[in-house]
Amino acid sequence: MNKQNMADGMEMTGSEMVVRALKDQGVKHIFGYPGGAVLPIYDALFQDNELVHVLVRHEQGAVHAAEGYARSTGKPGVVLVTSGPGATNAVTGLTDALMDSIPLVVITGQVATHLIGNDAFQECDTVGITRPCTKHNWLVRDVNDLARVLHEAFEVATSGRPGPVVVDIPKDVQFKKATYIGPEKVHHRTYRPRVDAEDETIRQAVRMMAAAKRPVFYTGGGIINSGPGASMLLRELAKLTGFPVTSTLMGLGAFPASDPQWLGPIGMHGTYEANLAANRCDLLVALGSRFDDRVTGRVDAFSPGSKKIHLDIDPSQINKNIRVDLPIIADAGRALRAMLRIWKEEKLVPDPALPQWWAQIEQWRGKNSLSFKNSTKVIKPQHAIDRLYALTRGRETYITTEVGQHQMWAMQRFKFDEPNRWMTSGGLGTMGYGLPAAVGVQMAHPDALVIDIAGEASVQMTMQEMSTAVQYDLPIKIFILNNEYMGMVRQWQQLLHGARYSHSYSEALPDFVKLAEAYGAVGLRAETPDELDAKIKEMIEVKRPVLFDVRVDPHENCYPMIPSGAAHDEMILSDGDDEPEVSEEGKMLV
Amino acid sequence: MNMVARDTRIESHTIVVAVDNEPGVLARVVGLFAGRGYNVESLTVAETDKAAHTSRITVVTSGTPAVIDQIKAQLGRLIPVHRVVDITTEKPGIEREMALVKVACTGEKRVEAMRVSDIFRARALDTTHSSFVFEITGAQGKIDAYIELMRPLGLVEVSRTGIAAISRGPDPM
Repeated sequence: MNKQNMADGMEMTGSEMVVRALKDQGVKHIFGYPGGAVLPIYDALFQDNELVHVLVRHEQGAVHAAEGYARSTGKPGVVLVTSGPGATNAVTGLTDALMDSIPLVVITGQVATHLIGNDAFQECDTVGITRPCTKHNWLVRDVNDLARVLHEAFEVATSGRPGPVVVDIPKDVQFKKATYIGPEKVHHRTYRPRVDAEDETIRQAVRMMAAAKRPVFYTGGGIINSGPGASMLLRELAKLTGFPVTSTLMGLGAFPASDPQWLGPIGMHGTYEANLAANRCDLLVALGSRFDDRVTGRVDAFSPGSKKIHLDIDPSQINKNIRVDLPIIADAGRALRAMLRIWKEEKLVPDPALPQWWAQIEQWRGKNSLSFKNSTKVIKPQHAIDRLYALTRGRETYITTEVGQHQMWAMQRFKFDEPNRWMTSGGLGTMGYGLPAAVGVQMAHPDALVIDIAGEASVQMTMQEMSTAVQYDLPIKIFILNNEYMGMVRQWQQLLHGARYSHSYSEALPDFVKLAEAYGAVGLRAETPDELDAKIKEMIEVKRPVLFDVRVDPHENCYPMIPSGAAHDEMILSDGDDEPEVSEEGKMLV
Repeated sequence: MNMVARDTRIESHTIVVAVDNEPGVLARVVGLFAGRGYNVESLTVAETDKAAHTSRITVVTSGTPAVIDQIKAQLGRLIPVHRVVDITTEKPGIEREMALVKVACTGEKRVEAMRVSDIFRARALDTTHSSFVFEITGAQGKIDAYIELMRPLGLVEVSRTGIAAISRGPDPM
């Protein structure tokens, strides 16, 4: 007899219902911050011995922590915050999760129902503010609806294309009593996302694949979101077809980076071979990716000669940026399984021209587009990531990042062989994501090595969460590539704005070592290449939170780069390469 | 050429959306149009089935064929949306609008206003010695034409409902 059956039909308060529903949904950890409008729920938590609550230092941190938790486990992340500023502080994280399809259930307190609309203390229109940045949201005015809404919230957040949801609960509803209903009795009335495609569509797709002379798989976060099974199926399909594989930022780890069929990431800072393959292929198979503008570059020059298959669980992604020839609306894992089945049923074999295509790709690969000029005097950021990768290999390592150059270098250089090991803010590009995300990852994987590859500018946006890490003994490692600049801003100013470095210098930086110590964490610093390895080892060995200030070359740029408004075959490979010709339209793009 | 915006003709489409009648559903639809920069030419909404808690939204929008497809797909993503049907392309339908038209006039203009209204089958709902309020129902073009004819006769103001639409034949949307 399980617990939900015991609780089902029981009379309890709204607050007790929240705790009960979370447990019935299998929740173990929640990230939150108390306040006036959620006190009854915090009281119910106080009387519960099972749910582990992680007290953050800012609500944005709670949401990013929940995102890191969700991405590294495949389970929904849960957040509990108060009304007003608690809810508004959560908005950045909600938007981040919406853009990157991360399942979150965010519970916000609200002022009592009779005060709603009255400009009461710490009141805001939470459902109004979060409507465009959630997959769905609810204001629960009647305690009799609460249990149902909570269970529906989990269903909506985790099914179809995952995303964040908000349940806003007025304080009086938290006190009132009603009958609890268990999750097994709740099913959203109408929400039925499509997860399977017609066999005929899949058959068409695999026939196109078998006929392709220059194919490429372009995979994305949809594979990761579909669960680890989808990554295994992708590997099987890649082996069966022999096709080259590239991926978006969000899809790293679905296909092993150590595999010879891996081309590296696609897009603005992707590899030469990945972008050229996408540009010159005759069949582009998009699997759980969405033709984001960071991937496509100039849309009218994106993969101009190819037929395109697009597998996505969200019909609105089809033909949004790029017109495709064959849409497949389905869950990535289920569609991949069907592709494998039908490919085998039809006894298909890849086109004999495939080896020629590979020969061409190997030629592009020979460009070695991720190479850089190392130094014995100054730590190059690329070198720092290479050493970090080398010295953490073989461990259970999870990487989070902030946003900017360090993130792109991490994407290019850290080799992921497993899904769910890479947590980064892709769609929204949220500086300050990585540190709290690492907190969430470490909560879910207490024995793993969790590293935030950070920049000195980004990390200051959510630095306060070091305090959370210290409180919960979370030995997260904040690996700061400190170049004293908002590096990507500086790079764009150099390339597009005549080297006028307007407000991109990180002036008045804190002493990160002392800052770490002030938090009760460990501070490390490396200033020259010869001390780097020993310090990285020290960082790994110490079982406490670490802020590691890696002083890197302040002027290094991230290449390759496709300038804004350019096509995939117009890449800049290194400094001093043909000066990028950025059109006036290109400058308008972000 | 890949560009979705291949076909740059701007078309007007009437889209019918069946939704759960829950708080905020209209805000979701309107917010979607505002947030993604889609046009709203007219929008009507009312509960159509009290027992089933469903409402029906009829929205007239314009854009290139690719934008119209995006609008329909984005509407379909909203959780309380059950169905989205394009009355302009998917199912032949009937579109009607109602308008209340206030005209202030005397003498010959008053007679002419009555005559025109008679031709358009508009009904007088309110009369004073110096004014009328007419009710007119029909396709959008007919109402436009009627209003244009009323303008020189002393048109004061117009209240229009926006378009309501339904498909032809025995089947539901």
